Amino acid sequence: MAKLIFLFLTLIPILCTSFTPEKPSDQRILVLLDDFAVKSSHSLFFKSLQSRGFDLDFKLADDPKIALQRYGQYLYDALVLFSPTIERFGGSIDAAAILDFVDSGHDLIVAADNNASDLIREIATECGVDFDEDTSAVVVDHSGYAVSATEGDHTLIASDDFIKSDAPVLFQGIGHSLNPSNSLVLKVLSASPTAFSANPKSKLTSPPSLLGSSISLVSVIQARNNARILISGSLSMFSNRFFNSGVQKAGSPTKHDKSGNEQFFTELSKWVLHERGHLKAVNVQHHKVGETNEPSIYRINDDLEYSVEIYEWSGKSWEPYVADDVQVQFYMMSPYVLKTLSNDKKGHFFTSFKVPDVYGVFQFKVEYDRLGYTSLSLSKQIPVRPFRHNEYERFIPAAYPYYGAAFSMMAGFFVFSAVHLYNK
Amino acid sequence: MAVTDAQTSLRHAFGNVLAFFILILIGVLAFSIRLFSVIKYESVIHEFDPYFNYRVTQFLTKNGIYDFWNWFDDRTWYPLGRVIGGTVYPGLTLTAGTLWWILNSLNIPLSVETVCVFTAPIFSAFASWATYLLTKEVKGTGAGLTAAVLLAMVPSYISRSVAGSYDNEAVAIFALIFTFYLYIKTLNTGSLFYATLNSIAYFYMVCSWGGYTFIINLIPMHALLCIVTGRYSSRLYIAYAPLIVLGTLLAALVPVVGFNAVMTSEHFASFLVFILIHVVALVYYIKGILSPKMFKVAVALVVSGGLAVCFAMIAVLVAMVASSPTMGWSGRSLSLLDPTYASKYIPIIASVSEHQPPTWPSYFMDINVLAFLVPAGIIACFSPLSDASSFVILYIVTSVYFSGVMVRLMLVLAPAACILSGIALSQAFDVFTRSIKLQLPSLSVDSPVDAGDASSESVVPDDTVKTDKTEDTQKERTSKKSRSRKSSSESVEKPPSKLQIKKRLSVLPLETSIIAIVLLVFLGAFYVVHSVWAAAEAYSAPSIVLTSHSHDGLHVFDDFREAYAWLSHNTEVDDKVASWWDYGYQTTAMANRTVIVDNNTWNNTHIATVGTAMSSPEKAAWEIFHSLDVKYVLVVFGGLVGYPSDDINKFLWMVRIGGGVFPHIKEPDYLRDGQYRIDNMATPTMLNCLMYKLSYYRFVETDGKAFDRVRRTEIGKKYFKLTHFEEVFTTHHWMVRIYKLKPPKNRIRGKTKKSKSKANPKTVSKRKELKRNPF
Repeated sequence: MAKLIFLFLTLIPILCTSFTPEKPSDQRILVLLDDFAVKSSHSLFFKSLQSRGFDLDFKLADDPKIALQRYGQYLYDALVLFSPTIERFGGSIDAAAILDFVDSGHDLIVAADNNASDLIREIATECGVDFDEDTSAVVVDHSGYAVSATEGDHTLIASDDFIKSDAPVLFQGIGHSLNPSNSLVLKVLSASPTAFSANPKSKLTSPPSLLGSSISLVSVIQARNNARILISGSLSMFSNRFFNSGVQKAGSPTKHDKSGNEQFFTELSKWVLHERGHLKAVNVQHHKVGETNEPSIYRINDDLEYSVEIYEWSGKSWEPYVADDVQVQFYMMSPYVLKTLSNDKKGHFFTSFKVPDVYGVFQFKVEYDRLGYTSLSLSKQIPVRPFRHNEYERFIPAAYPYYGAAFSMMAGFFVFSAVHLYNK
Repeated sequence: MAVTDAQTSLRHAFGNVLAFFILILIGVLAFSIRLFSVIKYESVIHEFDPYFNYRVTQFLTKNGIYDFWNWFDDRTWYPLGRVIGGTVYPGLTLTAGTLWWILNSLNIPLSVETVCVFTAPIFSAFASWATYLLTKEVKGTGAGLTAAVLLAMVPSYISRSVAGSYDNEAVAIFALIFTFYLYIKTLNTGSLFYATLNSIAYFYMVCSWGGYTFIINLIPMHALLCIVTGRYSSRLYIAYAPLIVLGTLLAALVPVVGFNAVMTSEHFASFLVFILIHVVALVYYIKGILSPKMFKVAVALVVSGGLAVCFAMIAVLVAMVASSPTMGWSGRSLSLLDPTYASKYIPIIASVSEHQPPTWPSYFMDINVLAFLVPAGIIACFSPLSDASSFVILYIVTSVYFSGVMVRLMLVLAPAACILSGIALSQAFDVFTRSIKLQLPSLSVDSPVDAGDASSESVVPDDTVKTDKTEDTQKERTSKKSRSRKSSSESVEKPPSKLQIKKRLSVLPLETSIIAIVLLVFLGAFYVVHSVWAAAEAYSAPSIVLTSHSHDGLHVFDDFREAYAWLSHNTEVDDKVASWWDYGYQTTAMANRTVIVDNNTWNNTHIATVGTAMSSPEKAAWEIFHSLDVKYVLVVFGGLVGYPSDDINKFLWMVRIGGGVFPHIKEPDYLRDGQYRIDNMATPTMLNCLMYKLSYYRFVETDGKAFDRVRRTEIGKKYFKLTHFEEVFTTHHWMVRIYKLKPPKNRIRGKTKKSKSKANPKTVSKRKELKRNPF
């Protein structure tokens, strides 16, 4: 009996958390730290997460008890790796486990830093982010640095590329490069054209491998299964110190009281943790014009109507998605019909078209990939048949002479036979 | 006189009753000799095409004939689909469906599969009865019975009609023989009733098999022969003209034939002869009403004017036919006329083993002693030559030619061989028994001296009994010539039917007759033994279940059904399975999964696409398959158990067919010095192609050496990994291997190489620094 109750009690959290199919935002987040000091030094970032309703679970990265999954179920929806120097995780976690975690649709925030470990670099590489191979190199920018009282090596960078923010974002750490052919990864914060990646302590003997605005400071990745990853070259960007410090970009007269970091990461974490930019498509319907039931097969040249409802997650509720670039394909090896869907501003997208004069197994395909949104890929298979034997026209006007010929021939033959046989 | 009449009619009655029972026994024999497959294996559909027919029959019984007619099948030829109703010969399916329906309405609840399994044996019984009828029309009851019993167990026909071999040929051979019978019957009687029946039988044949073109060419050939040899009669006209008119109209009703019945070259011969026979009829009519002198004048007039018109028309016709690239002939027909055509232009036809020319042993295997009896039968047909017997001669001559082009057409040869052998055997028996009968009551009486069989070259003058088209031809058989010279192969069993009933009986010596009869019986016994062996051993294997005998007993390889059952239980309903086209029908019927290509090879490009994918390296193949929405790839591999007809042995055809459409696939890339090999001398293209990889993936784990027991060699590349495919199922004997396409990578990796030695990553990075410093 006690065992049963125990079992029941252990089941409760699983049961409770598993009933959230309608909420795409993450719930439970595992935060892995190098040491617990980070928890307090970065508390503003964590607080902002907690205030948005996330359940944070802080663990040391080498804690032997940490585990991402138990009995095949993932215990967390997202993972924050604030442990740039870790060489080996505790428990059952390793790089492959983390990548599997991502491949099963969960999110990941990785912060590297100077002297980031090979493990962190490997995870980043697997996601398509190449940190500078030179482990001692950091991003230096002699013109875009932040004016600072204490540091003079220009490694503290104030960057305002790609972001709409009043104040620049402070960055101090290592840079990385992206493969331009990689369509999944996106620079969100890049270095200025004057930046380079090198060891500031030593003399520069050869040209640095990473140069200018090809250096990415913070990148996001949306995997094909819509898992989102944030990789930053700097852990201190998230810290309370950077969040709160004022910033003045070198050469710029304005001095901001507060850096853009807090706003930057709040918005970015909203995106990464699926509070923003998450679409869902429901209620895909198609039917012949004038009917409501979905047929199992269409005939060539049928007129049909196709509709789908698309909603966007606002963080709290599903709001109708409004766009005029959603297209549907009627596809069999290549699109035979490509139509832009019209919408009624309530999330209902619809169109109507004529089935092409080709039979085969078609698909209704909606492939919607927009920057910042989860990609929608809907396909619904539907066969298209040719005419039935009794769906052709019975009498063709052009053939009336031939009908006449045939019948007059028959009549003539009959008369001829009668005359021939009985008119001796 | 009245007494003898009564006696004869009594004997006739006895003979008829006896013949009736013999026919029933022949039917039982024909049916039961084909049950070896059910007894030795199980009641199961065989091979490849029968599975499709079975699936169609199931659809028919479930949905009715109209839905069957309009059936658009979306589970084959993905994504093109196939209009089954318009591309299938419906005769077999309708027959079995009707059988099932009758049985069910009689409250005999047989499953559709059972009916399908036993359709072929039932129809082979019908076929032997039809053979009896046909041969009876040609040479009388005795020959008919002999031919029927020969046909009941001719191995060639057994190979296509064992229980479970549910294919078009099962009913088509019956339809073929029956159509010929009705043609001959009409020719002999001149009855319009039989002519109408004939066109209906022809319609059934058109419904059943593409081989109907044989009929529609053979009958015109025979009509032409009759006209040319001056045998034109009103009976010929009645036998021919209604068949062409009604038959063509009816044939055009079959959706798969449609307008082909008047538009393709296969049918032109019948129309030309149709015109000709009318011209001839007109000429005969005019000849009848005009005086000979007037007739000559008319001929001169018509010939001069008519020839010009004729030539003009022929020129137009030839120009029209020649303007189409294949001269209006379909590929299969062309490869019949020009045996090298298929191998030159259409690899997909040449790739089918039953489209290859047969070897000599296969003649002995498939028609056995009939091969020796046929010449004797031909000679018997020449004495006397009637319209009917000339038809049989024409039939055997053409079918021998066709069987020499394509091994599957041996099936058309088999009935002809049976008919002629039946005639030969029955004539020989006739001669010998008659000699014995005439000598037995008067043993002491003088034995005719001049009847030495081999030496008798006495050419008996012809009776030229041309009038006797009636039934008594077979009673009063008069021999014309003895041509013992020709029958050099067996002079013993074929002493010419040299019997003359005038006054003097030229009979054979008693001893010779008895010995000859004994030898003939031995010959027949040998044939029976061979046929039963062929039915039991050679042709009863269903080919989806394989067995092998080894020193420790019988092994059963049920891998195919294992694989298909796995597919049907472990994959989604709409998943697409790619395999070489041989396995398409079985996959749709047994696993109920959508396939890309199947045995109905109507779209060469689609098959070439699959062939190209199989011949490509993994990544390219993945892309091809992915574009076709393929989820699983199925390959058949016989290397572990020594199953020779596996995909590696068929692979060169995939390369050829693929290369025929996609020229970047080149056959020489897969051959080392013109040799096809998979050992360590194989070319890199071969070792990297998808088919090699899917066949031999993890093969080395079986015996450590990766020894292929079909190719009898160790394979060339033993250890490799699959990047774009993953193995999901391999059957017990490794005969079927199923792979799943990996989904596209969730993430795209960066450029940096993974550091291999994870244990000492520091040293790796140190080394990199060292490398960099010198600059």
